[in-house]
Amino acid sequence: MKRVYVNEEWCLGCHLCEYNCAFANSGMDDMAEALKGKKIFPRIHVEENDRITFAVSCRHCEDPICVKSCIAGAISKRDGVVCVDQDKCVGCLTCVLVCPYGALAPNENGIMQKCELCLTNSFGEPACVSGCPNNAIVYESRDEVQTEVDPDGRTLYVGD
Amino acid sequence: MSIDFLYPEFEVVRNMDRCITCRVCERQCANEVHAYNERLDKMVSDESKCVNCQRCVSLCPTRALKIVKSDCKLRENANWQNDGIREIYKQANSGGVLLSSMGNPKELPVYWDRMLINASQVTNPSIDPLREPMETRVFLGKKNVKPERDESGNLICKVPPQLELDLPVMFSAMSYGSISYNAHASLARAATEMGTYYNTGEGGLHEDFYQYGPNTIVQVASGRFGVHEEYLAAGAAIEIKIGQGAKPGIGGHLPGSKIVGDVSRTRMIPEGSDAISPAPHHDIYSIEDLRQLVYSLKEATEYKKPVIVKVAAVHNIAAIASGIARSGADIIAIDGIRGGTGAAPTRIRDNVGIPIELALAAVDQRLRDERIRNNVSLVVGGSIRSAADIVKAIALGADACYIATGALLALGCHLCRTCQTGKCNWGIATQRPELVKRLNPDIGSRRLINLLTAWKHEIKEMMGGMGINSIEALRGNRLMLRGVGLTEKELEILGISHAGE
Repeated sequence: MKRVYVNEEWCLGCHLCEYNCAFANSGMDDMAEALKGKKIFPRIHVEENDRITFAVSCRHCEDPICVKSCIAGAISKRDGVVCVDQDKCVGCLTCVLVCPYGALAPNENGIMQKCELCLTNSFGEPACVSGCPNNAIVYESRDEVQTEVDPDGRTLYVGD
Repeated sequence: MSIDFLYPEFEVVRNMDRCITCRVCERQCANEVHAYNERLDKMVSDESKCVNCQRCVSLCPTRALKIVKSDCKLRENANWQNDGIREIYKQANSGGVLLSSMGNPKELPVYWDRMLINASQVTNPSIDPLREPMETRVFLGKKNVKPERDESGNLICKVPPQLELDLPVMFSAMSYGSISYNAHASLARAATEMGTYYNTGEGGLHEDFYQYGPNTIVQVASGRFGVHEEYLAAGAAIEIKIGQGAKPGIGGHLPGSKIVGDVSRTRMIPEGSDAISPAPHHDIYSIEDLRQLVYSLKEATEYKKPVIVKVAAVHNIAAIASGIARSGADIIAIDGIRGGTGAAPTRIRDNVGIPIELALAAVDQRLRDERIRNNVSLVVGGSIRSAADIVKAIALGADACYIATGALLALGCHLCRTCQTGKCNWGIATQRPELVKRLNPDIGSRRLINLLTAWKHEIKEMMGGMGINSIEALRGNRLMLRGVGLTEKELEILGISHAGE
């Protein structure tokens, strides 16, 4: 499956991915109109300190804890993509608590939203990737199997 | 001091209807032009720091920014132009020598643009490079003039060491130190992929790049930085740098602030010490001395690698080249007055040397007249800007061309000409890690490969148009060139006829 991968070696910390994400999910045609004067709620976040910066978005785990934790049954996995049904979300933020990557955050109304790879918005492919000026975010399927396991031994994430 | 205050050269024009205050411009400007004013909730700029590198313009996601030249100027004066007055103010304030970067920006004649290329019509058919083979490969090095045979009459096929290029373009010398690790990585990878060479410049060869040795020309310059046995052995050829087109007659100076970490290790000098390349090689005062260094290097590499001698194009270049061709060197590289630099005294860069076109024509003719043209190959640089310039250079007599500014442009350079500050926003002429990482070699090498691929197509197209199917048949074929708007003397030196003749 194609996933969004981040290479911190090339991340400049410019935060363009956050703005491209917010624009892609705004449903508007013009970025200035969509984002001017507004606080943005992107689905990808740049983590940074003095030495390192990198963007974090949903890993689309093999065995997503957020899906299991959701008390409203609003999060599900469709064709490998972890999605939120915003009509069902009750805004309890349990998913925010359990996500080991800190990849989930609510929108301006307190309803959960997350990276769905821009598959359902007008962009069609991850806007963070196409807008990254330094190839620090890529969208590809990788051959090697990568797994990450949490301290309780659950498989969080399997790359294909 | 207010006496020398001048309104900033560039103005930042921000379209506030489009600015979304994303602060990308602020994060990307190493000159700290942009800032976010929390109280006003808007972006503000200090244009006095702007060098017009256009990084912010390129990255602004809403196209809200543009940089324009300020129209606040002193009264017009054809003799005392604004730039000249600015320089006087600067020197009156500092007492120092003016420094500049990249190639000569003055309006000197560009002879490439005054020469036009021929094409076949009716009587000598042109060739379609998409349908017929077209040879762009060249070999650089000393050529045997007469076939030699052994006692039993068999041909002796031993030829002096040659550089094999898939197209007649190489990346010219830019040291690790003057440009970044990632810029070098991009050049090395692209040279390898395209079957050509890049050049270490005088900064030594970073240990990570020994793997690209077969496509590397290692330079030995007057400071001898980074030169050791493995370094010489690693390269495909060795270049003795005598001079550089942007600063003939003077040496180099990489300030101690740039001699950090790997740069210091690679140059084999202590961290923080200035890397000063003397103006002359202290062991070369004659062609005989040069010959000694050429043969020392050949001896050290078991006569397996061609030796290049690089000189700046100066008034007496034909005689100098004649001497070099007799020194044992395999290749002469000549760098013209419009050649680039990471930093040079402005007055030297803008006033010393001669254009490469005239130097090339004069050298090629002189070596032919003296029947020593086959002793050496000729490589020319100093502002080769396009495939057309390459075709013209080859028709004038060059074997291959060196490009550097063109390659840097492909890597993202916007020719703001402030390399000497070390704050290159494009990650090229800097050693600051947060800036160096802005040049991803995956992208950089791909763009260089694209550029050379495009030029190769264009070279083939132009050759085909002339009815020529190999670089060999174009070399020194001055009948393929005609001058426009040139004087008798210029035509005579270039060895070409005027258009219409």
